[in-house]
Amino acid sequence: MMHLLAQTDSFGSVELGHYLMTSSVLFVIGLIGFLTRRNMIVMFLCTELMFQAAAIAMIAFSRFHHDLSGQVFVIFILTIAAAEAALALSLVVLLYRRKETLSAEAWSELRET
Amino acid sequence: MMAMLDPIFATILLATHGTSGGAFPIAHAMDNLGWAGLILWLPLISMLLCGVCAAMKVRSKAPAIITVILLALSFLVTFALFFNYESPVTIHLFAWFDIQWEGGGFVAPFSLYVDQLTLLWMLFVTGLGTLIALYASEYMEPDLGGGYARFFAGVSVFLFAMSSLVMGDNLVMLYLGWEGVGFASYWLIGYYYQKPSAVAAAKKAFIVNRIGDLGLALGLYLIYHYFGSIQFTEIFASIQHGVDPATAQKGGWTLAAIPFLLMLGAFGKSAQFPLFVWLPDAMEGPTPVSALIHAATMVTAGVYLLCRMAPLMSGLSCSALGIEEWPLFFGWTMPAIDALAMVAWVGGLTALLAATIGMAQYDIKRIMAYSTVSQLGYMFVGVGVLTTYGAAYHVFTHAFFKAVLFLTCGAIMHGFAGQLDLRKLSGLRHMKGWKVVSYTMLYGCLCLIGFPIISSGFYSKDLIMAQAFITQGPGFTALGVIMVITALLTAYYTFRVWFRVCAGEPHYEMGDEHHAPGDDHGGSDHDHHEPHPPGITINFVLIVISIGAVMTIFLGSWVKDMVNGSSAMMVDHHDDLADYWHKWMPYIASAAGLLGGGIAWWFHLANRKAADTVRSTLLSNPMIRWLPTAMENKWYVDEIYHALIRAPLWAGGHLLYLFDKYIVDFAFVDGIAKLPRLMAKAFQPLQNGVLQSYAVHMAGGVALVTVLIIGHAAFLHYWNLIVTFIVNIWASMFGGAA
Repeated sequence: MMHLLAQTDSFGSVELGHYLMTSSVLFVIGLIGFLTRRNMIVMFLCTELMFQAAAIAMIAFSRFHHDLSGQVFVIFILTIAAAEAALALSLVVLLYRRKETLSAEAWSELRET
Repeated sequence: MMAMLDPIFATILLATHGTSGGAFPIAHAMDNLGWAGLILWLPLISMLLCGVCAAMKVRSKAPAIITVILLALSFLVTFALFFNYESPVTIHLFAWFDIQWEGGGFVAPFSLYVDQLTLLWMLFVTGLGTLIALYASEYMEPDLGGGYARFFAGVSVFLFAMSSLVMGDNLVMLYLGWEGVGFASYWLIGYYYQKPSAVAAAKKAFIVNRIGDLGLALGLYLIYHYFGSIQFTEIFASIQHGVDPATAQKGGWTLAAIPFLLMLGAFGKSAQFPLFVWLPDAMEGPTPVSALIHAATMVTAGVYLLCRMAPLMSGLSCSALGIEEWPLFFGWTMPAIDALAMVAWVGGLTALLAATIGMAQYDIKRIMAYSTVSQLGYMFVGVGVLTTYGAAYHVFTHAFFKAVLFLTCGAIMHGFAGQLDLRKLSGLRHMKGWKVVSYTMLYGCLCLIGFPIISSGFYSKDLIMAQAFITQGPGFTALGVIMVITALLTAYYTFRVWFRVCAGEPHYEMGDEHHAPGDDHGGSDHDHHEPHPPGITINFVLIVISIGAVMTIFLGSWVKDMVNGSSAMMVDHHDDLADYWHKWMPYIASAAGLLGGGIAWWFHLANRKAADTVRSTLLSNPMIRWLPTAMENKWYVDEIYHALIRAPLWAGGHLLYLFDKYIVDFAFVDGIAKLPRLMAKAFQPLQNGVLQSYAVHMAGGVALVTVLIIGHAAFLHYWNLIVTFIVNIWASMFGGAA
């Protein structure tokens, strides 16, 4: 595994490790954002961030394995993410209309106990 | 007589002491007597009409009128049949069971077997039934519009079933009637169904009777098995022809079991030890029921069965079949006893046991119940010592005088608001309106103790007691002595009742039974602090039945002819021994009766305080104390039953109940259902409605899985290193040495 991380591509000194680091940072930023914010739109944006972090990791691996199926997969992910974004935002609009607030806490009454 | 017998049967007769059985005439089919079926149908119609009355909520005496009229018609039909009787006949009514197969079949037509035994029984069953229904029409007045119709429907069912039992041409019809009277008895004992004790008594009667019925059912099956038929005509023909030795050999003990099984059935229905416990409790029913079912008619069904089946009882006895000993455990044997000898002994011991219990009771109706058990014991002794004539005659006389006694007890109970305690009633004969009750009761008591000359019991009971000394059998002489002692005890407890209740200073305490508001007894208002003497109906019935009881005195030889013309016939012997006992037994029995009555007179009329003194003396003597205590507590028979049967059954049932409740229901059914619920309880707090906490758990879960995967890989890596290291050391230490 170590040899793969150190492998360089045609961009010269940029290695797989750099891409994965970018991906991880993006993911963690998204996660922290998701965990700390209450605004539903922001939370949704954070999930998108985590989503794209995963996509970056896939593209990087795809490139370094010389296998295009990972990149094809990401195309699909993007398409679905677009559709999902439309759906999610419309849900958020509906939720906002119901409670006149974007805070996720407003919906905590949906809990089990 | 002996010349007429089949030779094989003659040897059987010799084996059974040469006194039983005979070539009695067997019925032949008769076509033109179909109207005799009315004896059965009239009570059935009466039941249906009473049902209609109940459905229409009739508040008048209509059910009683219908029942009395239809039962009276039934009696008249019986009477007509009696006058048309020439020889034993079977009367076909309709085909009932008719199943045929190759080489066999099962035929049980709904037919009547009419011989003199049938007629004898039917005459007093329908006659007394009618009179007691008439009595009940007044007695049951407080229930007018309530249970009145139900009561008379029950009485009608009873008479239908009893007629079927007595008149049936086959054992299946007899069994129908047998179960039918049991059902009617349950129905009527539990008449006051709101009284827990009455319901318990009804259940007890039904369940105890089931034990006897099991015996009868098994006996019935075995009879079918060995005789290929359950019709009396064919069974009697086979038994008269004699038991085929090959069949007897093949049948073994199952053939010999038939008389014992029939005996068990008779013990159940006729309340003999150990199945007598239901009869005293059955007094919870209305008094007319006690008189009709539990004194006069139903309880004699056992005696009827034994009389009807007398040819089998003696023809299939152990001595007739050549069985000399019974196997016991561990290869031991005991000498075989004939079923009839056992009948005699059980009857005798029941008579004594019930008499001793009767001596120590205070409830007059219960005393009468025990006296019934005791007198039934006498009847069984009669059958057992081979005088079916004596037994049937005692049934006949007893039916009348015991009906009188019960109906007088009922009148007293009715008039004194349920008071039955003989300590709380006294001097009835001096009270206005109670003369008829007192003197008919006196006559009933005289019959019960066998008072010389003027009482019917004197003639019938002596026959049985004398025969016990005449017939040769296992300890029959001792049995005769027991009978005489029992006669003394009978006289004591009977007159204890009469002297306490009817004689002496007038004095009474009312019972605690409240009549329904607004009812009207004898057209006069009263509150329940004043006794009300019986009305004209009750007095009329009492007088008629008493006259009937007197008439039975003169019917002895008639009963003898009736019995000897039927399957119950026993051959009479006239030798010196018989003459001796028949001559002297009346004196002995009279002496015993008068002595017992005299003791009762002294303690319960002349010097009532002495009775208490004697009682307290006995109770303070530690050596004798157990005797009166045990007698008062009915010899603890109920308690013994409780300990031996009810308690183990209850414990077993309770154990299974607990198993069901805690193992099956709690552990399995509920336990399995609770498992997901408990798990849900554990994880439910996670669903707290805070979106971020869900995300934390998700992230944590992902992290955990990641750590596990990576950790596992690392663990495998280091494990390999360790193992390799150990193997290398091992190899270097021992590999080189090897």
